[in-house]
Amino acid sequence: MSESKGRREFLKSAAALGAAVPVGAAAQTKSEHAQHGTHPAPKAAAAQSRPYMFLSQAEVAFLDAAVSHLIPKDELGPGAKEAGVTYFIDQQLFGGYGSMAKKYTQGPWPEGTPQQGYQSPLTPSGVYRAGIQDTNKYCQKTYGKTFDQLARAQQDEVLKGLDGGKIELEQVRSQFFFNMMLNNTIEGFFADPVYGGNRDKAGWKLVGFPGVAAVYTTFIEKHGVPYKAQPVSIADITGRLAKVDEHGHPIHVMIHDDKAGA
Amino acid sequence: MATRLKPVDVVTVGVGLTGTILAKELAESGLKVVGLERGAWRDTQSDFAMPYAHDELRYARRHELMQDLSRETLTFRNSTNDLALPMRYMGSFLPGEGVGGAAVHWNGVTWRFLPWDFETRSRTLARYGASQLAEDCTSQDWGVTYDELEPHFDRFEYLYGICGKAGNLKGKVQDGGNPFEGPRARDYPNPPMKTSHVGAIYAKAAKELGYHPFPAPSANMTRPYTNPYGVTLGACVYCGYCERFGCEMGAKASPQTTVLPVLMKNPNYELRTLSRVIKVNLDSDKKRAVSVTYVDSRGREFEQPADLILLTSYVFSNVRLMLLSGIGKAYDPAANTGVVGRNYAYQTNGNVTAFFEDKVFNQFMGAGALSMMIDDLDGDNFDHTGLGFIGGGWIGAASSGARPIDFHPVPQGTPRWGSEWKKQVSRYYNRAFGINTHGACQSYRGNYLDLDPTYRDAYGLPLLRMTFDFRPNEYKMSEHLTKKAAEIAKAAGATKMSVTPRTGKYSIVPYQSTHNTGGVAMGADRATSAVNKYLQSWDVHNVFVVGASAFPQNGGYNPTGTVGALTFHALDAIKSKYLKQPGPLA
Repeated sequence: MSESKGRREFLKSAAALGAAVPVGAAAQTKSEHAQHGTHPAPKAAAAQSRPYMFLSQAEVAFLDAAVSHLIPKDELGPGAKEAGVTYFIDQQLFGGYGSMAKKYTQGPWPEGTPQQGYQSPLTPSGVYRAGIQDTNKYCQKTYGKTFDQLARAQQDEVLKGLDGGKIELEQVRSQFFFNMMLNNTIEGFFADPVYGGNRDKAGWKLVGFPGVAAVYTTFIEKHGVPYKAQPVSIADITGRLAKVDEHGHPIHVMIHDDKAGA
Repeated sequence: MATRLKPVDVVTVGVGLTGTILAKELAESGLKVVGLERGAWRDTQSDFAMPYAHDELRYARRHELMQDLSRETLTFRNSTNDLALPMRYMGSFLPGEGVGGAAVHWNGVTWRFLPWDFETRSRTLARYGASQLAEDCTSQDWGVTYDELEPHFDRFEYLYGICGKAGNLKGKVQDGGNPFEGPRARDYPNPPMKTSHVGAIYAKAAKELGYHPFPAPSANMTRPYTNPYGVTLGACVYCGYCERFGCEMGAKASPQTTVLPVLMKNPNYELRTLSRVIKVNLDSDKKRAVSVTYVDSRGREFEQPADLILLTSYVFSNVRLMLLSGIGKAYDPAANTGVVGRNYAYQTNGNVTAFFEDKVFNQFMGAGALSMMIDDLDGDNFDHTGLGFIGGGWIGAASSGARPIDFHPVPQGTPRWGSEWKKQVSRYYNRAFGINTHGACQSYRGNYLDLDPTYRDAYGLPLLRMTFDFRPNEYKMSEHLTKKAAEIAKAAGATKMSVTPRTGKYSIVPYQSTHNTGGVAMGADRATSAVNKYLQSWDVHNVFVVGASAFPQNGGYNPTGTVGALTFHALDAIKSKYLKQPGPLA
């Protein structure tokens, strides 16, 4: 626990100093995933480009494992882990979301009723930190290993236990932690890739969402005709990878395939 | 110590939909008007530009355009027996912050309430008798009728360029419009929106069942439109980013696209942003307001004297400022006395999600108010004998933008995560749509707003406390409407559906609607209303409180059209009566 914290603080300060070498340690996990483990030693440049800013290495390992169950990689395409959702969560927790910017944070904090919503004295970054620690503690006690080291079936069992509230955590309610993780995973899978998730627009491709909208004035009346476009992200437009009209709407490139509407 | 500023004629507390219209009209008549806005300046070019405008995480999930709760929120409990706790995150409703207010991020559905809505109590008693109303129901007549408001609805619709099809022109029912609406003097200024695939399917099914579908009245422009103030709005491109977003096309009516370009040029008007009003100051006998106190972005306190003080903020801020300033007696639900905070109501929404196997809908296209609706089951448009409730709501199928973080429906029984969830999301994202049942909400003795005894805002002032829950009338109404919606979904060919009437305790967590109403209710009797029929405080005659805070209960409609009509109604009273002879108008 304290080791993880020390590591995190070190990484944070290293990142703040702009130090190149130490950042790679945390980023290594991510980089390996991005490359499907084919390159065990990440290139320094790639590792530095997207450093984890909040999560420790242990927390990255935990979330990589967890989100790969929430939205798994399967015959339909990449899952949350492949789509960079762990990195998305890291960035969210490091920023305003993690510290409850623009939210009411004054006490006191009685638990309240479900109808009263979020009443924790912890911010989301604190919820993750506590939830991961406690879940790993539970896994150590029950299986003798941390969550990321468990077999997939055991991981699935643990996640179901958190989801259903059957596993009790010490510092944070298990369902509260689980629901936050699930919500953020769905966000990271479907949010614009500028936030670090939805890599390769995997989420958008899964459902056929075109991302930044084009002008649909004509197509809205083409009832029953599927609109199949290559999805466009904010960065595609700012990076001039997508053509735009005079108001800045992308001109979508349509996908022509035989399975249209299937 | 507050710095005392040079007196002006008029102050508006809040620079949103109501504050901009009142300021524009009064400044034009020669009065010096100051607009005080707690948030920042926002405009189409500078703040809602492409491609950043189309960012679901930033706007829909992280609430970029909405109230900063770290400064001020409210507390909530279901009943007086519970302990109220602060709303730490927004969920159920989304008040705005900054110039334009919530009218920047609204969808744009712009109704007129029914003639019946303005006379809820007397018409219910006349048709059904006292037994139809719950014992603790405090719903009442508004003190103003539809006929009195008709010209003001008209002015607002032409100012905001509303797109629709008249259903009742001077008493003559029109094909293709809403046959249940009150008579209107003329048609909408702009033609209705195009019909989406979902709209066409829904309308066909509803018609087959004997209902009267029509396109929703919309503030998303169907063509470029120049309003009577000379401001031109762009045409909607059906991009599907309306509610919770600003419009990059200037095609959604808002203060920015209808009033501000003219208002900001008027030398009689001064806008002060990042200025938070904390109190309205009264004279020694508490019959007249003399000034407002506000804090600016450098923490400086100012006192702004004015002859006329218009509270033009969102419902909660209007009510809270009345309570903080001691204008009118605070409501006490135990004794059922007092008026400020009384008759808080909301919206009772249900939903049917309809799933199809053989159709695709492209629901990511659309516009905030792109919807086909029926009004057959709203207000008293149907016989309530034996139903055990009053009121109703519209039932409609919208194409308002299916952004995938929030919209990824799965059939009932699907796990919440894992491979099966992913499979169903992928299968039904483009093969499902929702039918909303947008129900009214009556007012009750135990539903009210007051000041919280524990929690405070960033300025050390007590937060507003909401005590609210739905009542049997609302549950029965929602069940009735949602059952009918399910019949329409079935007739439309849905193979699976999730039917969700409003059940259980009211929760502040899931989004329902930003249609909070009441707390400074209007009426003909000062014992049961905080403002008279002109929205003038009964107690402090130079304070007018303009907004949905004046609704004595909520109808089965989105409130904005009626808020607009009340604004012009109050304006007329101020211009033609009050300014000539300041004093109580009723």
